[in-house]
Amino acid sequence: MMLRRPLFWLILLLAAVFAWLPKHGNNVALREDLILVAVAIILTSNLNLMIGYTGYVNFGHIVFYGLGGYVGLYLMTVRSWHLIPAALTAGVAVSVLALLFGLGILRLRGAYFALATIGVLEAVQAFVSNFESWGRSTGMYVSFESYVPMGGPKHALWLTYFLIIGVMALSLMLSLGIRRSKFGLGLFAIREDEDAAIVLGVNATLYKAIIYSVSAFLPAVAGALMFFKNGMIDPSIAFEYMLSLEGIVMLMLGGQGTVAGSALGAGLYERLRSYLLTSPRLSAFHLVIAGALLLLVIRLAPGGLIGWLYRLVPRSREVIE
Amino acid sequence: MTDLLQVRGISKRFGGLQAVADVSFNLGEGEILGLIGPNGAGKTTLFNLVNGVFKSDAGTITFLGKDITGRSPDQVVHLGLARTHQIVRPLSGMSVLENVIVGACFGRENQSMREARATALEVLERVGLADRANSSARALTLAGKKRLEVARALAARPKLLLLDEVLAGLNPTEIGQMIALILSIRDGGVSVFMIEHVMQAIMNLSDRIVVLNLGRKIAEAPPAEVVKNADVVEAYLGFPDIVDKLRGAQ
Amino acid sequence: MSGILASMIDGLLIGSVYGLAAMGLSLIWGVMDVINLTHGAMIALGMFGMYLLFGASAANPYLLLIPVIAAGLVLGMIVYWLSVSWVIDRPQLMSLLSTFAVNMMVIGIGTAIWSTSPYNVNFSLPGITVGAYTFTGNHIAAAISAVVIALLLELFLYRTRAGKAIRAVADNRDAAELMGISSTQVLMVAFAIGIALAAASGALVSTLFPFTILSGASYQLKSFVVTVLAGLGKPFGALVAGVLLGLLEGAVSPFIAVSWIPLIEFGLFVVVLILFPRGIFGRATA
Repeated sequence: MMLRRPLFWLILLLAAVFAWLPKHGNNVALREDLILVAVAIILTSNLNLMIGYTGYVNFGHIVFYGLGGYVGLYLMTVRSWHLIPAALTAGVAVSVLALLFGLGILRLRGAYFALATIGVLEAVQAFVSNFESWGRSTGMYVSFESYVPMGGPKHALWLTYFLIIGVMALSLMLSLGIRRSKFGLGLFAIREDEDAAIVLGVNATLYKAIIYSVSAFLPAVAGALMFFKNGMIDPSIAFEYMLSLEGIVMLMLGGQGTVAGSALGAGLYERLRSYLLTSPRLSAFHLVIAGALLLLVIRLAPGGLIGWLYRLVPRSREVIE
Repeated sequence: MTDLLQVRGISKRFGGLQAVADVSFNLGEGEILGLIGPNGAGKTTLFNLVNGVFKSDAGTITFLGKDITGRSPDQVVHLGLARTHQIVRPLSGMSVLENVIVGACFGRENQSMREARATALEVLERVGLADRANSSARALTLAGKKRLEVARALAARPKLLLLDEVLAGLNPTEIGQMIALILSIRDGGVSVFMIEHVMQAIMNLSDRIVVLNLGRKIAEAPPAEVVKNADVVEAYLGFPDIVDKLRGAQ
Repeated sequence: MSGILASMIDGLLIGSVYGLAAMGLSLIWGVMDVINLTHGAMIALGMFGMYLLFGASAANPYLLLIPVIAAGLVLGMIVYWLSVSWVIDRPQLMSLLSTFAVNMMVIGIGTAIWSTSPYNVNFSLPGITVGAYTFTGNHIAAAISAVVIALLLELFLYRTRAGKAIRAVADNRDAAELMGISSTQVLMVAFAIGIALAAASGALVSTLFPFTILSGASYQLKSFVVTVLAGLGKPFGALVAGVLLGLLEGAVSPFIAVSWIPLIEFGLFVVVLILFPRGIFGRATA
């Protein structure tokens, strides 16, 4: 059962640490740092469901996050919804959309699918840039009134932070739960050999569509929360292709296919990125370093850091999933 | 004997090539039905049509009284029709046990993970791979991989098992073991439809044999009659030692 | 001559450059089943290569194609060694990600050197005027260059030993090895040629439009569309399909904003693949 798995408790511990540390010292700077790590973990662990578990590379993963942000902000600013229902609805709406899109593009295999996901990202970005109700290229802003029901901006920011930590824990739990389940087994079979999996009885079409849709839900919720916290959204910041690429680097770095890997890769890379962006000389090389890192990982350790751990300490396979 | 499988008039064309042309036959419950024919006769294509990998251009396929024409392979497995591949397709990144658990989970009984694990261990014991349960599937020898193919298919608890050249590439000892396994499978209540080139084996194992040549069925009879069938002998005339083998296997 | 017809003829001319770009992608894809995600970056490097050579020598750009192609061959071998050579027999996912990684690095370095400001190659050939419409000389010359290069490639593939070796390996790698063809060398050469073609197409584009290091991306997209339309490993077919794409763009562009065109092309790409999951005339990929 889930409770017997060490990683379950590690995830809870991680969430507890994230929640307690900045709150304890009322350390806003730390909170801002940690929230970025948490978002990276959310994006990476959900991306893992597609890449690591099912073997389908999604280059446009960020589209769920951005679209969630748009739906959430629209509901909050134009329709005056409260944060939590808006975020949840954003999650559901984007998953349903993903299911519909997925049924189309998941008929494409391997690399074709990967290319199509870029198209989905660009299509959504173009659509949103021209969509009147969502502010076209200008986007939307969160007005001061929206923070009032939560007791003002300061409290709202803390609330959002805790909610994001919750989504992070849920993302990791979701990955963990699927991993040893029958559904997860079907996904792994698809990853290994889709045609053989079908002959063995796996309904690949359905499974792929479900996981694509599921992998959209929590990133969309996170998007709604984050863009609310940031106070604004526009097409260029909602659908940053770079974030999609980084998600892939983080996942490969940590160890695709594992839960711990997605958290580890996200955490490490996010710290690296923050460091790079503060140094003006190095920030131009951000993309180069990300690419080099990805290449190195693929060449030297395709299983990422966790894969390397597995080889070093084979017993760890059971514990560090 | 009731008919498990009824195939009527199925065909498949690939561009300019008519791979299978108007083939009909029956397979009875508890039977081992052999499928032979020269290379390129369309045997594997026929298998692919029966288990749904290809859609037939015409005709019908009835399994356990249900029309399965046009159904996809995963649907067909749920009804109780499993198959192995001529060129083995292990799920390489997974262990031997995990491979078989997949078969059990997504097979006819739609088992839970726990049930599937028990089934898998039992099946691995039967095929003689129990000691390799936790090895990576990639690490098996060819004979091991072939047994894995059979184990995976068996774990689905099929009523009918399609075996595609399961003896190819095996040494005489391994062939003997596999033959014993096939017989035990049939004795366990699973009917078998098998493609084979190892003539002695298929002549001895099969209750009846279907012979294909250039996509058409040219015979469907017990082994003793098949070897006397002029069309069959003629189809194989390009392979002189086959004729002797057929004679020798009587 | 009507506006649309003029637009379509122009599209036809530019389309031959699309076709040239796609030929590189199609060759690599067809020969070694690798989807080269550095394609766009290589096209961009071709653009800058022409810019630098032209800036340094002020020679005729169409002659400068030769050093660009030579540099492309060398670059191709480097990229092959860096990211492709050892993923050849691995799952396609790996080659996808490794070429993608190299793409990121090239774009990153390019951005650091050239930023994202537009550049262009200041060279104009006199055009041909028909009625109220002028077809710029550069467009015509680019089309001619593309066709010439395509013909040279066809000659190479069908009339030389090396070319035949490439086609043999594309057809059936194991059989080719049994015939004594060193497939590893062939794969490297084929990859290098693919990159050189991409660079050449970029070099031609630089004479047509202003460009940045990011411009290669839209040509990469067009290359993918053209490749799936034409089918893998049929380079000359890619040229024809490229011209068709150019014609289509020409027919459509007077009516809709330029920013929608990449989307339509993507839509086309996805729809074609859904209807023909293995490409229209294509072979099955693994």
